[in-house]
Amino acid sequence: MLVYLLRRIALAGLMLFGLVCLTFAIANVAPSDPAALAAGPDAGRSQIEQVRREYGLDRPLPEQFVRYVGDLVQGEFGRSVATGRSVGRDLARYFPATLELCLVAMAFGMLAGISLGMLSALFKDRWLDHAMRIFAVSGIALPPFWFGLLLQLGFAAWLGWLPTSGRIGVSTDPGDPITGLLLVDSLLRGNGPLFVQCLSYIALPALVLSLPCLASILRVNRSEMVEALRADYITAARAHGVSRWRLVTVHALKNAMLPTLAIIGLRWGWMMSSTVLVETVFDWPGIGLYAVSSAIAGDFKPVMGVTLIIGLNFMLVNLVVDLLYGVLDPRLRHA
Amino acid sequence: MALSRGVRLAAWQLGRSFASMLGLVLVAVIVVLALIGPWIVPYPDDVAGAVRLSGKLQPPSAAHWFGTDEVGNDVLTRTIIGARLSLLVGIGITFAAAAIGVPLGILAGTVGGRVREIIMRLTDLFLSVPGLVLAIALVAALGAGIVNAMIALVLVWWPGYVRLAESKALSIREEAYIEAARVAGAPRLRILWRHVLPNSISPIIVKMSMDIGQAILAVASLGFIGLGAKPPTPEWGAMISIARGYLPDWWWYAIFPGAFIYASVLGFNLLGDGLRDILDPRSNRG
Repeated sequence: MLVYLLRRIALAGLMLFGLVCLTFAIANVAPSDPAALAAGPDAGRSQIEQVRREYGLDRPLPEQFVRYVGDLVQGEFGRSVATGRSVGRDLARYFPATLELCLVAMAFGMLAGISLGMLSALFKDRWLDHAMRIFAVSGIALPPFWFGLLLQLGFAAWLGWLPTSGRIGVSTDPGDPITGLLLVDSLLRGNGPLFVQCLSYIALPALVLSLPCLASILRVNRSEMVEALRADYITAARAHGVSRWRLVTVHALKNAMLPTLAIIGLRWGWMMSSTVLVETVFDWPGIGLYAVSSAIAGDFKPVMGVTLIIGLNFMLVNLVVDLLYGVLDPRLRHA
Repeated sequence: MALSRGVRLAAWQLGRSFASMLGLVLVAVIVVLALIGPWIVPYPDDVAGAVRLSGKLQPPSAAHWFGTDEVGNDVLTRTIIGARLSLLVGIGITFAAAAIGVPLGILAGTVGGRVREIIMRLTDLFLSVPGLVLAIALVAALGAGIVNAMIALVLVWWPGYVRLAESKALSIREEAYIEAARVAGAPRLRILWRHVLPNSISPIIVKMSMDIGQAILAVASLGFIGLGAKPPTPEWGAMISIARGYLPDWWWYAIFPGAFIYASVLGFNLLGDGLRDILDPRSNRG
C-alpha cells in the first residue's frame, strides 16, 4: 500500500511540474510577445521595453523558467495589469466562491445522479429507463450558459422566486469570512436567514453546473448497477433471503460505486472549468468570472493563475480518487 | 455483398432505436440548413448585418418567426446562417484533432518503447488541465477571434484521440492476424495502414461523432464569453452574448440561437451513442 501511495504521489508531483512547464510554454512559445501581453493592450513601445526589463523577460528562456518556478513556489503569480493587484491575492479572494459553488453542485450531482442511475437500472428497458437516457444525453448537450439564461428567465424574471445573479444581496453584510464559504460561515454563526439567502443565490448556478456531472454519473452508475445486479453474489444474497432494498443499496451499489468514483474525479475538473461559463452568466464572483474578465481585457497573468489553480485542483482530486480506489479495491494496490 | 449486408444490419439497428433516430434527424436538419441556408432564409440582407432600426426588437410574428434583434435583423435568418459556421467549425476542429491524435496514438501503440513514452507523457500533460480552461488560456495568449479559438480547441482536443487510438492499437498488436501479416513479410507501414487502422476505426468514428457536437458547444461557449467569433458574425454563442443584455423583456433573441446549439449538440451526441451501440457494443459506458 505504501509503495502504491508513494508512486501515486510522485506521479502527481511530476504532473504538477508538467503543468507548470505547459503554462510557461503557452506564455512564451505562443506567437505573441509576453512583455506586450503583460504590459496590456494600450502600452507603447517604451512601456513594453520597461516591462520586459522589469519582469526579466530579456533574460534567456531557461533563466526565466527557473525564476517562474521560483515565484510559483512562493505563491507569487505576478501582477494584474488592469488592477495592479497581486494575482495570488486575487485568487485567494475569489477561489472560495468557486469552491462553494462547485461543492454544492457536486453534492447535488452525486446525490441525484446516483439515485436516478439506480432507479434507471432497476427499471431497465422500461419507459423510465428510456426517459433517463434521453435526459442524460440532454444534460451533456445543454449549453450551460443558455440553460443558465433560461433559468434566470423562468425562476428569477417571470416567477420571481429566486434572485437573478450574484452571490449575496447587495445590502447584505456577510461578516468577516471564517472559511470563506458563505453557507458554512452562516451556519457557524447560527445565522439562519443569511443561510437561506445564500442558498437562494447559489441554487440556480449550482443546478446549471451540476447538470453535466449529474448526467454522466447517472449513466455510469446505471450501467454499473445493471452489471452488478446480474452478478452471482446478488443471486446468492437473494437466496439467503436478503431484502430487496438491502440487496440494491448495500450489495449492488457498493460494487457499482468504484467506476462512479472515477467519473466524479474526472467531472470535478470539468466542473471547475465550466464555472467560467456559469459564473459569467450569474455574475458569481469566483475565479471563472475573474479569468473571463481578465482574458477579455487582455490581462494575461490572472488567466495563467486561474489555469494553474484549476489544473492543480484537478490533479489533487484525481490523486484523492486514485488513493480511495486503492483503499476500496485491494486488487489495484498490487497492479 | 458482405459490406452491404453489414450496412443494412447497421441501418436496421439504428432505425430500431428512437434515440438514435432522433439524433439522425437532428443532425440531418442541421446539415441541410448549413447546405442550403443562404437560399432559404427570408431576409438574406440581414446575414452581413443590415441595419433597420425601425423594426428592432420585435417579438416573433408571421413576418419574423424568431423576432428581430437590436438592429432590426431577422433572428431566424441569422440563426439559420449560423448553422453553416458552427457545423464547419465543429467538423474542422474534430477532424484536425483526429488527424493529429490518431496517427500519434497508433504510432505509440504499435512502436512502443521510448517513442510511446514521449507521446503518452505529452498527452497526459495536455489532459492534466480541463480543456475549456486551457483553451481560454491559449486564446488569451493568441488573441480573441474565431480562428484562434479553433486553433486553441484543436490544441486541447487531439490528446483524447491519442489515448483512444493508442489503447486500440495496443490490443490489436497482439492479434494473430497482425502476427500473420508480419510473418508474411508485410512492411510495417502497410501493417499500420491496412490492418491496425481499419480495426481500430469504429471507436474513433464514435468519438468523432460525439466530438463534433462538443466542439460546436465549445466554440459557442468561447463566443459567448467574448473570446470567439466577434459580432456581427452570425455565430450562435456570440449572438446569445449580445442577446443576454436584452433579457428578460426581449427573450426571443437569446432563446432561439441557444435552442439551435442545443439541438445540434444533442443530435450529434445521440447519433454517436447509437453508432457506439452498433460499432463498438462492448464499450458502452458513461
